[in-house]
Amino acid sequence: MGITAVPMLLSLYLSFTNYDALSDFSAVEWIGLDNYREMFTADASFWHAVRVTITFALVAVPLKLAAALGVALLLNRAFRGVGLFRGLFYLPSLLGGSVALAIVWVNMFNRDGAFNSLLSVFGIEGAPWVNDPRWALETLMALAIWQFGAPMVIFLAGLKQIPVELYEAASVDGAGPWRQFRAVTLPMLSPVIFFNLVLETINGFQGFTSAFVLSNGTGGPVDSTLMYTLNLYIKGFTELRMGYASALAWVFLVAIALITVLLFSTGRFWVHYADGEDR
Amino acid sequence: MSRRFWRLVVLVLILAVVLYPLVWMLGTSFKSREEIATNIGLWPDVFTPANFRDGWQNFDVSFGRFFANSAMVALLTVVGNAVSCLLAAYAFARLRFRMRKVWFAVMIGTLLLPGHVLIIPQYVLFKQLGWVGGDWPYLPLLVPQFLATEAFFVFLMVQFMRGIPYELDEAAKIDGASPYTVFAHVIVPLSRPALVTTAIFSFIWTWNDFFRQLVFLSDLQDYTVPVALTLFIDSTSESAVGPMFAMSLLSLVPVFLFFVAFQRLLVEGINTSGIKG
Repeated sequence: MGITAVPMLLSLYLSFTNYDALSDFSAVEWIGLDNYREMFTADASFWHAVRVTITFALVAVPLKLAAALGVALLLNRAFRGVGLFRGLFYLPSLLGGSVALAIVWVNMFNRDGAFNSLLSVFGIEGAPWVNDPRWALETLMALAIWQFGAPMVIFLAGLKQIPVELYEAASVDGAGPWRQFRAVTLPMLSPVIFFNLVLETINGFQGFTSAFVLSNGTGGPVDSTLMYTLNLYIKGFTELRMGYASALAWVFLVAIALITVLLFSTGRFWVHYADGEDR
Repeated sequence: MSRRFWRLVVLVLILAVVLYPLVWMLGTSFKSREEIATNIGLWPDVFTPANFRDGWQNFDVSFGRFFANSAMVALLTVVGNAVSCLLAAYAFARLRFRMRKVWFAVMIGTLLLPGHVLIIPQYVLFKQLGWVGGDWPYLPLLVPQFLATEAFFVFLMVQFMRGIPYELDEAAKIDGASPYTVFAHVIVPLSRPALVTTAIFSFIWTWNDFFRQLVFLSDLQDYTVPVALTLFIDSTSESAVGPMFAMSLLSLVPVFLFFVAFQRLLVEGINTSGIKG
């Protein structure tokens, strides 16, 4: 506990200083709110990183959850080999966060990578995706979506909890598959959807490894993959502005807390709990 | 019949897309340098292990060293997490102490804390202690793991221990067992499933972890596999692609073996911990 709590307080203190990691602690100067003022008013990279991160999360998280739910629905039947399918779909989630796969992914979307060779079969000329500021972030989104296995597994567990009687009743009332999905599956699954949404959003905001690998730690091309955490790393460990990076970290923490609260407050309107209690 | 057939067709198509990058990686690793440039197919015409030989010795320090470093960090993390999280979980689940609920809430709160927020003050702290780049540069990576800082595992074990009937504790106490004996002879043996889950995920997460290892390791000979792999990115030459892929592939083998061995447990372990979390 101490290893978490003490650094937290230290970090808060540092965020009001100009600490640079090289000099002695005695040289640290209290500079009040200067770090925060610079961040919000003078530092363009801060706002840019905020935009990149929010774009990333807004696109990647819903698509990833949609893919996870879609495949989970297809797998939610007993047939031979269903366990193997489930395992193989889960595999990318297990490997995907690694540097190794980020490297493979980046190379796949190179100018002469596998993706463009695939496109050329259909006579389409691809772009140098990872070197193109218009497409670099999209390739990272695709990498995140590709790892839909983890939420899928959780969806599958949730689907198993839905009583079969509900579908039978709906079917007796003449509801087709689509209607059954809207009227039974979605509301009954909403707590699990909510759980996955919160988890994946928080994860999405913290994406670091893939952006680091794609840009070799710079956030390029033209800052298009400058995720918030990457910006924090650059400020703290490349430019050695630890005080400023601490301030960045605290803003990040508050932002994530606010987003979680926001998600929970909207959850009241669409998350349905079977026991009839409003949480 | 037809509906089941189409379901299978769709699933196989999606699976092909999902597995494509992995198969491509496998194929490219075994292609010669010339073939990587000319053969855009998934599979090499001629299998050659040259990339593995070149990749292994690509830097001044061989990949054997990097793998040994990674294995050491991962295994010590497993031990640290298993021991410390068990102890912490036992305290939360069974012992009565002041402000227990408050501390538990604080512990859960740290679950939401991004690692990136803690890394700077931890770095500063460990640097002041002389641990960063010290005699044994892995201290900053490992010490926290021995202090039950992985709240996820503590939470997992607490939830698990709550399912162990109190009657067992009490029977042991009537026989004169101290809290330590109860812990060692009742709780620990019965917590084995949670312990196994913790061990597996500790290993996989640490093996794949990049951020902390990037920040705390600065000498080439101390590098772990993920940090070493990023060195390939610096060398932009085309010739590095094969060795880079070969080493990337090798780095995934341990995780893949875990996946094969514990597939059922991984997929279902997440189920239960996920829903309860």
